[in-house]
Amino acid sequence: MFQVRIHGRGGQGVVSAAEILSVAAFIEGKHSQAVPSFGSERMGAPVVAFCRIDDKPIKLREPILEPDALIVQDPTLFNAIDVFAGLSKNGYLLINSKRSIGELGIADAIHLPDDKVRLVPATEIALKHIKRPLPNAVLLGALAATTGVIKIDSVIEAIASKFPGKVGELNIQAAEAAYKLIKQNNQEELTC
Amino acid sequence: MLKQIEGSHGVAEAVALCRPEVICAYPITPQTHIVEDLGALVKSGKIENCEYINVESEFAALSVGIGSSAAGARTYTATASQGMLFMAEAVYNASGLGLPIVMTVGNRSIGAPINIWNDQSDSMSMRDAGWIQLFVEDNQQAVDMHIQAFKIAEALSLPVMVCMDGFILTHAIEGIDVPDQKQVDKFLPPFVPRQVLDPEDPVSIGAMVGPEAFTEVRYIAHKKQKEALDLIPQINEDFKQIFGRDSGGLISTTNTEDADTVVVTLGSVIGTIEEAIDEQDEKIGALTIRSFRPFPLEQIRSALKDAKRVVVFEKCFAVGIGGIVANNVRMAMSGTNIPVYEVIAGLGGRPITRKSLHKLFKDAVKDNLEDVTFMDLNKDVVDRELEREHKLIQAGSVAENILRDGGVVNAAKTT
Repeated sequence: MFQVRIHGRGGQGVVSAAEILSVAAFIEGKHSQAVPSFGSERMGAPVVAFCRIDDKPIKLREPILEPDALIVQDPTLFNAIDVFAGLSKNGYLLINSKRSIGELGIADAIHLPDDKVRLVPATEIALKHIKRPLPNAVLLGALAATTGVIKIDSVIEAIASKFPGKVGELNIQAAEAAYKLIKQNNQEELTC
Repeated sequence: MLKQIEGSHGVAEAVALCRPEVICAYPITPQTHIVEDLGALVKSGKIENCEYINVESEFAALSVGIGSSAAGARTYTATASQGMLFMAEAVYNASGLGLPIVMTVGNRSIGAPINIWNDQSDSMSMRDAGWIQLFVEDNQQAVDMHIQAFKIAEALSLPVMVCMDGFILTHAIEGIDVPDQKQVDKFLPPFVPRQVLDPEDPVSIGAMVGPEAFTEVRYIAHKKQKEALDLIPQINEDFKQIFGRDSGGLISTTNTEDADTVVVTLGSVIGTIEEAIDEQDEKIGALTIRSFRPFPLEQIRSALKDAKRVVVFEKCFAVGIGGIVANNVRMAMSGTNIPVYEVIAGLGGRPITRKSLHKLFKDAVKDNLEDVTFMDLNKDVVDRELEREHKLIQAGSVAENILRDGGVVNAAKTT
């Protein structure tokens, strides 16, 4: 089983990201389960969502306590909650930021090899393609590129099914852009 | 067709396939997505010959449902938590009048303190109201049991609650095999009401019944619920024939035959419990109660008869005595000398984790449990609050004090 925990703030599409990821896994014939953290969500409040992916049916209903991948859609959360709680030593970490780990002041909190940690300027990439600061699809493109747990084509198909039409097309552009930047290891663009 | 969809959406599609004629509902978390999706399905014409009625409260929702069901329409509604309490009088009326309404309960706690998260206190508050209550484990069962629920309700002319854990199921997106219309039409024929209010042929229902007949009417309500103990498994067999899935029945069991310890539970927590059981070596089995009303005393007794101990896990309790489900299970086990422990867990949305379950199983297999255990209870917080109350007459509100103790700084200050 591969478990992904997504942190962000209300309005950033955290819950939609978990749903799209689960649909992408479903498209690949896998079993998957997406669940939002349960709260009275509102704009700006910390939000968590979970996605499990497995080759067999998923029975587990507890929150994801030990994620294999952690997506942080909003770096200001580091001051608010312990987003790193339970992150596996072999886990992946994707952060929406154009700054470095050092600049974010989280170097001491992260105990992962460098190739498992990705900083992605997802808000900037979203603004460029979607014209709105919505980092969720961008980070799913980055997840596909970094982990290989999901194919970018499945992410694209899932975005198109969730958001048919123009909105979906722009989000797909943004997700593909992030995917390519990471695959090409384009440091210049990745650090904006 | 297998789809990756939200549980609530799956339920809305299942209800739509049952060709409801009246849907009246008032939105309340966590069932809101179900009635929103149904509203969209009616508006788009995907549900034909159906009137969707927006009402001003839960009391109105079920009262309109009583009217439409009495007029011969297949009727659906949904509720949760305080909404269930607000419609309480109508809940009793629907069953007392013998009206086969189907209602989803997106299980949620009851305040005060207000809490929007999952437990099963709401359904349990109406356990004695005369409705059939079916609890589901996952979203596939949620879909399947709604289809079965209409058939059970109409066969007995009794209302049915399908109880699904709020958020944990209603908001979970997972693979659901949504049946097609032909299959559902084959399984569920059009509704033939037992009694109809018709202006052309006026009758009254709901007459005053005095002491001379009240006991007999109530006895028949009890007897009809008992009949459901035969009917529910039969309808599940019919369902299996057409849909190829076993989704209902009264109970389901996992490795109860050679287990020393059997965990008994309701609803979605069985998934995590089964995972936890698989991760350890003791002989632990599990029993899930699908039909809580009627309560399958004989089936439970028979499934648990070889156990050395029974541990009932429940997301609700009766203040002043303890477990509600456990008390019912004890009744099933009376005279057997098999100890029945009760574990209260998952109240107000507290996660039930494998870590806590492992600790509990270790104690259980050594008979090292209290009669009533509140899993993951923070005793330090409780002790501090009790001490405050002991010291100060005007100690303030328990809920706010405990929030402040936990670092929620904006909770009201005590004097």
